[in-house]
Amino acid sequence: MERWWQRFLIRLGVFVTMAVICLPGLWVVMTAFRDNVEVMARPPVWIPAQWTLDNFRSLLGFSATQQGIPVARYFVNSIVISVTSTVLAVLIGMMGGYAFARYRFRFKKSAFLWLMLSRTVPGISLSLPVFIIWSRIGLIDTHIGVILVYLALNIPFTIWLIDGFFRQIPLSLSEAAQVDGCTRWQAFWKIEFPLAKSGIASAGIFAFLTSWNEFALSSQLTRTTASKTLPVGLMDFTAQFTVDWTGMCAMAVIIIVPALVLTFIVQKHLIAGLTFGGVKG
Amino acid sequence: MEKEGRSNETIRQRPTVPFSMRFFKSRLSPPVLLLMPAFAIIVAVVFIPLVFSLYTSFTGYRLVQPASLWQWVGLRNYQRLASDPDFWWAFGRTVVFLTVALNLELVLGLCIALLIDKLTAGQRIIRTIMMFPMMFSPILVGFQFKYIFNDNVGLINNAIQSLGWSDVTIPWLVNEWTANLAILIAEVWMSTPIFAILLLAGLMAMPRDPVEAAKVDGCNPWQVFRHITLPFLMPFVYIAMAIRSLDVARAYDMVKIMTNGGPAGRTELLWTLIARVGYQDARMGAANAMSYASILLSIYFTYYFFRKLATARRAMGEIA
Repeated sequence: MERWWQRFLIRLGVFVTMAVICLPGLWVVMTAFRDNVEVMARPPVWIPAQWTLDNFRSLLGFSATQQGIPVARYFVNSIVISVTSTVLAVLIGMMGGYAFARYRFRFKKSAFLWLMLSRTVPGISLSLPVFIIWSRIGLIDTHIGVILVYLALNIPFTIWLIDGFFRQIPLSLSEAAQVDGCTRWQAFWKIEFPLAKSGIASAGIFAFLTSWNEFALSSQLTRTTASKTLPVGLMDFTAQFTVDWTGMCAMAVIIIVPALVLTFIVQKHLIAGLTFGGVKG
Repeated sequence: MEKEGRSNETIRQRPTVPFSMRFFKSRLSPPVLLLMPAFAIIVAVVFIPLVFSLYTSFTGYRLVQPASLWQWVGLRNYQRLASDPDFWWAFGRTVVFLTVALNLELVLGLCIALLIDKLTAGQRIIRTIMMFPMMFSPILVGFQFKYIFNDNVGLINNAIQSLGWSDVTIPWLVNEWTANLAILIAEVWMSTPIFAILLLAGLMAMPRDPVEAAKVDGCNPWQVFRHITLPFLMPFVYIAMAIRSLDVARAYDMVKIMTNGGPAGRTELLWTLIARVGYQDARMGAANAMSYASILLSIYFTYYFFRKLATARRAMGEIA
């Protein structure tokens, strides 16, 4: 059996790891609720003496000291772009995943390979030609322009995950349903879709997180408040003369909270989605 | 082009044909129809732009002179690239950065997974905490470490001074070596937990019998790990690597916000160099030539890990 010091060392190791993972985020969150004076204080103030919501108020435009950065507007843009591209990517991914899992067709392997390869193109490399084309056809600085690009980013991974999940469902189930008089369409909705639901949900979360967090492409394809997303908006701060640390931290909190909430709701499916979609795929 | 299990097609005979039936019976075969939207988008948003990008890399296109898009210069952009030290430095730095980061993430992730696997209680909450960095936007991770490594207000310098180790403010992000180290730490902080989570899932799925048998036969812990645990984990390692290799380029976001390539281009990665040449210098032709190098690099990494993944899967299939 394990000695007491072995157990102690294991716990110590886990504790240090967790501290390293949590501390940076915690520090940013604490700064978001600090007064700006405290950030510069010597000697440093570790725990905020007074927690304040002023940073959020001024970011969201509720205070006299109006910030130049329209965060509320960026938030709406981010939501519209991420939700639309996620819903569409999941729909298209379901169709594609079903096709790969349930049909045999020519060029199946190479079709899959090309899909995955299209995902590996670095965002910034893709942004160059897309920027030129989009600006010629008037898609620069529009929601649709960004949504289209995010769809292309999300579809391959969505198909990969959903394909793995459909494959896990025995073919005999839907065949039995079809023998009993279901159409293939009904068999899909009544048998296969409910069984693959958790996998589809995790694919959706990944698509949402990708869109919500993406920066390289959106920083070039968006120009004004009409379509700028939150990650792009964070860079607005660097254009200012002095660095507004508390403001940036408050914005960081605004960006992370929706992703955090969403992920914790479905966290169980996430790990299953990644491992099983991959191993058995 | 035949769908599996068509034998029961004849059973279904209905007076009105619903949409779904027409869908499955139309001239084009179902898989083609099902995959059409996916491929339409990928072709329109990725392949056509990439072909255009390839064309642009043979022109002297500058953003400020639209007419220069038709100015064919042959291989000049590529020739200049081959003799451009900035490009080769960025390229080499990117390769080294990726290699070091991926290996470090794998080893650290494996250590963390082994530690947590030994834990008797609280695994769930710890797994939840580890998902934390996964949700962060790369740009947020970059910002977070920019703040922590800041010379005046950063957590690290604050801590060093408070503990009385040193009184000087260390300019982490201004020095060439420490700036690269800071970027590496940001990258590793963000990606290690994914490796740990996936490898932990692998450890938990591992059958206990072979381990027990090996112990009975007198294997020491290292031998058990080396010859039983590690081979079983390999497919999980490659899944993690394959998933990770899909977006190695997100280091761009971090470098962009942390140092923007500075000091004096000493943290410039291939991707930040592309952005600088393309958008700031407006030399689109040259930038597109460079971006092809970065695309080939990414494809190489992905191809390598997917090949390994396929091999590992076959091996798994033989065992199971």
